[in-house]
Amino acid sequence: MKILVGIKRVIDYNVRVQVNRDGSGVVKEGVKMSINPFDEIAVEEALRMKERGDANEVVVVSIGPEAAQQQLRTALAMGADRAVLYQSDEEVQPLAAARALLAVVEAEDPGLVLLGKQAIDDDSNQVGQMLAALWNRPQATFVSALEFSDGVAKATREVDAGLENIEVELPAVVTVDLRLNEPRFVKMPDIMKAKRKPLEIKPFAELGVEMPVQLETTLHEPPPKRQGGVKVDSVQALVEALKNKGVL
Amino acid sequence: MSEQQGDIERDVMEYDYAIVGGGPAGLACAIRLKEKMPAAEICLLEKGSEIGAHILSGCVMEPGPLDELMPAWRDNPPAICVPAGRDEFRLYTRARSFRLPTPPQMHNAGNYIVALGELCKQLAEHAESLGVEVFPGFPGRHPLIEGEGADMRVVGVRCGDMGLEADGTPEGRPGPAFAAGVDIRAKTTLLAEGCRGSLSKQLIARFKLDRDATPQTYGLGFKELWQLPAGRTTPGLIQHSVGWPLDNATYGGSFLYHLDEDRVYIGFVVGLDYEDPRFSPFEAFQQFKHHPDMRALLEGGEIISSGARTISEGGLQALPRMEMPGALLIGDAAGTLNVPKIKGVHQAFRSGMLAAEHLAASGTPEGYDAAFRASAAGRELHKVRNIRPGFHGGLWLGMANAALETVLAGRTPWTLATHADWDSLETRASARAHGEQAAMAANWHQERSLPPRDRLASVYFANTAHEESQPVHLRVADTSICATRCAEEFGNPCTRFCPVGVYEMVTGEDGGLQLQINASNCVHCKACDIKDPYLIIDWVPPEGGSGPNYQTL
Repeated sequence: MKILVGIKRVIDYNVRVQVNRDGSGVVKEGVKMSINPFDEIAVEEALRMKERGDANEVVVVSIGPEAAQQQLRTALAMGADRAVLYQSDEEVQPLAAARALLAVVEAEDPGLVLLGKQAIDDDSNQVGQMLAALWNRPQATFVSALEFSDGVAKATREVDAGLENIEVELPAVVTVDLRLNEPRFVKMPDIMKAKRKPLEIKPFAELGVEMPVQLETTLHEPPPKRQGGVKVDSVQALVEALKNKGVL
Repeated sequence: MSEQQGDIERDVMEYDYAIVGGGPAGLACAIRLKEKMPAAEICLLEKGSEIGAHILSGCVMEPGPLDELMPAWRDNPPAICVPAGRDEFRLYTRARSFRLPTPPQMHNAGNYIVALGELCKQLAEHAESLGVEVFPGFPGRHPLIEGEGADMRVVGVRCGDMGLEADGTPEGRPGPAFAAGVDIRAKTTLLAEGCRGSLSKQLIARFKLDRDATPQTYGLGFKELWQLPAGRTTPGLIQHSVGWPLDNATYGGSFLYHLDEDRVYIGFVVGLDYEDPRFSPFEAFQQFKHHPDMRALLEGGEIISSGARTISEGGLQALPRMEMPGALLIGDAAGTLNVPKIKGVHQAFRSGMLAAEHLAASGTPEGYDAAFRASAAGRELHKVRNIRPGFHGGLWLGMANAALETVLAGRTPWTLATHADWDSLETRASARAHGEQAAMAANWHQERSLPPRDRLASVYFANTAHEESQPVHLRVADTSICATRCAEEFGNPCTRFCPVGVYEMVTGEDGGLQLQINASNCVHCKACDIKDPYLIIDWVPPEGGSGPNYQTL
């Protein structure tokens, strides 16, 4: 089985994200970029499946700027077999990304598509679901455990009420949650090997996907600053203050 | 090295040249080596998560050596690159400031204010395009040494292990994701770790490279990048200061560089030879920001990023021998910074390029030390060798001596010795005997309003991160001293000199005070390894990719 894994280049989760001066976006200059952490978990899961013999090829795909090659190279160093970058310097919104992935799916014909449940930059949590609908295949989202037998994926989903076990027929779209696995460390010799693995860069336009702007971002603003607390001298003063706030 | 780890099977990778450290010295060396010897196999290790992540520098750069290294840099300048404008040198008192004549070394016409981390990223890309293997996220952990006595030589470095878990032992135990560090074997290893490199420290001791040098001395520098309300800046303006909030006996001063887009770099450097164990360098920097001049500039602005790093201040007389069999020290790993100029980047570039040229010409580290000292970089250090040690007698004597040395261009017939920083703190007993002098802080502001509120808040702007489960990378050889001897003699200065509050004395379960090490705050500045008065703190690299992620610093 071939597994297709989608990854996105995002600002690293350790970085304190700041709104830029004119509110048109966030500061990206000099900021560390990484694979979206959920996508990294998806890559790891695909590699473990391959190591267990559940899959024979892992292809990683990304849509993004030329620099997203770095993240694809990291995925190759983790152990993916090949990578494709559909280069676009413009923001790709969820529906456009899902349509683009559908075109990739049609070309690659994978038995499974693994994605992160959401990207930590826009937190949309839409692409996996949209892709499944467009592809007309089953989906298992927020997955924290995954097994395979006879063309069926048994998935444990993290839902509000706890855990939900479902079975989906393959091919399917699976989006992964944090607890599924802990991604491996990249090893130095594998970084060398990754340099020789195939990484294709294609123009996004080649996918023939329309990118209607469905969401318009008008302004970015930091959350309001928290006001410092006040100290009160006595219990009475505290009760008074709480009453004034309407809490008591 | 524990036995347990001795059993671990490790990959071995062979190179002609292994460079430890992706700063200006290491990258310049890598680029020049590859230019001179295109067939050479070269790898460069960097402990930060990416090139530039651990780079922090003033930095008003003299462009000459970079022009030599990568002439095209001007066509594609780094993210922050502002031509130097007017220079100002000021003396601060608590409420006022006075303009002094700018010392000639501090004239910056033709120089550039740059974000060195961004420049390093570009240099790394250039190095990679030439065929250098660049490995960010892989610290050099142990030097690989073979032979004994006169035959002893460096044969490479062992990279740090990944996925170790703390288990109470210093080295920890392999966790589920454990990945053993690779052994890099190289014909020549180049230590380009910057100030107080952990491998360099071991090798200097092992090969007694500092036999003929006076002790290396250090400064601790802080830097913040601020975004200000429109209209307050004069792009290119360069201000340096001495005086308040430091007292006459303490060496140090501020820098303020006006950038484009209403941004400034503001920073403070303190000589780590300060004597008062109650002194907090971090607090001194924050005090400086609350001087009326600075407060007026900064109020209403926002910090984008911040960090701290030590710098080598010992100069020529403290420069260890830069060569040993199988390896070279380059840049601030040796200590090539020019203190009166407050510049090290051009010197680091020079020493890296010179090392490459020397290796290409002779094939051996031997002779590099002499070549460096005879080079433009070495001559530059000779000229200014007596200026920083002259401040040992305080600010005014230091300034007078600096003026003399400058007029004579270093042709004074003497060379002033340097003194080790760890030995400079005055014990409480001695302070009491001297009639306990007023702490510097008596002349400081009680209330501060500008961010960061405290050291923990400042960590937030350094984007620092360490996997919490790993063994503590700040090794304190004997923690029983902390609550007893050190508390009595010095009052635990580690709780104040650390710029990010790694060291804390807390009440233990038995009700007594004990040391708590908040290792995950560490920004890899190395101040503790230098200033601890018992020399029992050993800074070792944590898991690769840990530490700060500096943003345009």
